[in-house]
Amino acid sequence: MILEMKNIEKHFEDCEVLHDISLSVDSGEVVSIIGPSGSGKSTLLRCATFLEKIDRGFISYKGETVAHTPDGAKAEYVSRKEIAKAKNYFGLVFQNFNLFPHYSVLKNVMDAPVTVQKRDRKEAEAEAVKLLGKMGLSDKANAYPCQLSGGQKQRVAIARALAMNPDILFFDEPTSALDPELTGEVLKIIRQLADEKMTMVIVTHEMNFARAVSNRVIFMDGGYIVEEGDPEEVFGNPKQERTRQFLQNYNQ
Amino acid sequence: MTLTTMLTTMGAGMLRTIGIFFLTLIGSLPLGMVIMFGRKSKNRVLSAIVKGFISIIRGTPLMLQLLVWYFGPYYLFGWSIKGYRYPAILIGFIVNYACYFAEIYRGGIEAMDRGQYEAAEILGYSKSQTFFLIILPQVIKTILPSITNEVITLVKDTSLAFTLAYQEVFSLAKQISASETSFTPFVVAGIFYFVANYVVAYVMDRIEKSMSFYS
Ligand SMILES: Nc1ncnc2c1ncn2[C@@H]1O[C@H](COP(=O)(O)OP(=O)(O)OP(=O)(O)O)[C@@H](O)[C@H]1O
Ligand SMILES: [Mg+2]
Repeated sequence: MILEMKNIEKHFEDCEVLHDISLSVDSGEVVSIIGPSGSGKSTLLRCATFLEKIDRGFISYKGETVAHTPDGAKAEYVSRKEIAKAKNYFGLVFQNFNLFPHYSVLKNVMDAPVTVQKRDRKEAEAEAVKLLGKMGLSDKANAYPCQLSGGQKQRVAIARALAMNPDILFFDEPTSALDPELTGEVLKIIRQLADEKMTMVIVTHEMNFARAVSNRVIFMDGGYIVEEGDPEEVFGNPKQERTRQFLQNYNQ
Repeated sequence: MTLTTMLTTMGAGMLRTIGIFFLTLIGSLPLGMVIMFGRKSKNRVLSAIVKGFISIIRGTPLMLQLLVWYFGPYYLFGWSIKGYRYPAILIGFIVNYACYFAEIYRGGIEAMDRGQYEAAEILGYSKSQTFFLIILPQVIKTILPSITNEVITLVKDTSLAFTLAYQEVFSLAKQISASETSFTPFVVAGIFYFVANYVVAYVMDRIEKSMSFYS
């Protein structure tokens, strides 16, 4: 088990955003999360990646506890050092890329391995070059993000996340900020990662893609997991009325 | 007084003006950063004090501040202020400009996209690495035009050192003009300020261009 989240509760001010959410991800699994706007998908990923703190519940990576909740009180996190260690286990790809605009493409990919993980510069550079090749961006290594298309930016962002050698990669709507004709090149890369058995959790509105690529689909609505299961079942024969409605609205 | 003597005397004044200019920048650019951190501190008391201080400095004339910095120690504590003229001028200028720079830095930092912090946090950069490697370089680029404005104002503000009877270009121009009943010193001073600002604008433009490789 790479990620284990149990009974997660999260609220903003007086608004409950996540209700008793549990999500476990095994090595090599690809989990897609779908659901209407405001259902808490991003918040769930942000809790999993420590950008938001949970109110109650349990989080662990590779068996190492990061947050737990002693007798129903407030969630407690482990020490900063242990959190920093757990951060090495995952990467996150944002909807709007968040590349560093003042760094070249190559530096975007290799800087964190050198600066944060203290890896050898030559070795990090060689790996970054290799990753950019895999993303089909070999000729863009010296370009700056502002010179790239949205699809190219997102592929750099994926390379940047992969350069840290994560055990699990989170995607928050990786193609939502892209022009429709550019989504394909990004989805192709993610599909390729899935073929290589990269563990991934993908929040997406691309239903066909989710159906094709994932081992498991989660449908969220109003901060609850409404339905969860095999993609063929969730998409082909949803058990819950709300899932059915959501998918129907989507196909129109 | 021959033109040559006049120019030599005023040349010495120009060097003093240039001295104030550079020492003010060297002191106030980093001090502004410190003041900005105080202003943005999570400690409410510190932040409120710094905020009050900034608004006093920005809300009163620099000329008055120079008088306070110079005569304050004598009137408040009865200290001797002999030989304290130049330090008082520098303190006055540096503190004044640091407060303006602090607000410019703050504006630049608050305008930064939160996604930059989040991307850095996910990648494991520490707080200080995030600030100095990711945030600050971008902030500098966005605030450069505002910094240029302040620096150009500073060239002209150096003339306020005359308040404390410091013999920089402007004081000398006034003195020589009065004693020689001549208009020439004002023309010389005018040309000096104009050329100085031209150089400043040129240098700042080069710096801005050197950062325009990204947007
Ligand atoms: N920082 C915040 N402060 C207050 N409320 C927030 C905050 N972030 C999210 N919310 C609220 O939490 C709820 C869930 O938001 P979230 O962004 O997780 O939804 P989502 O499923 O990702 O939606 P979308 O498909 O539009 O991205 C929404 O009602 C949103 O308004
Ligand atoms: Mg979202």
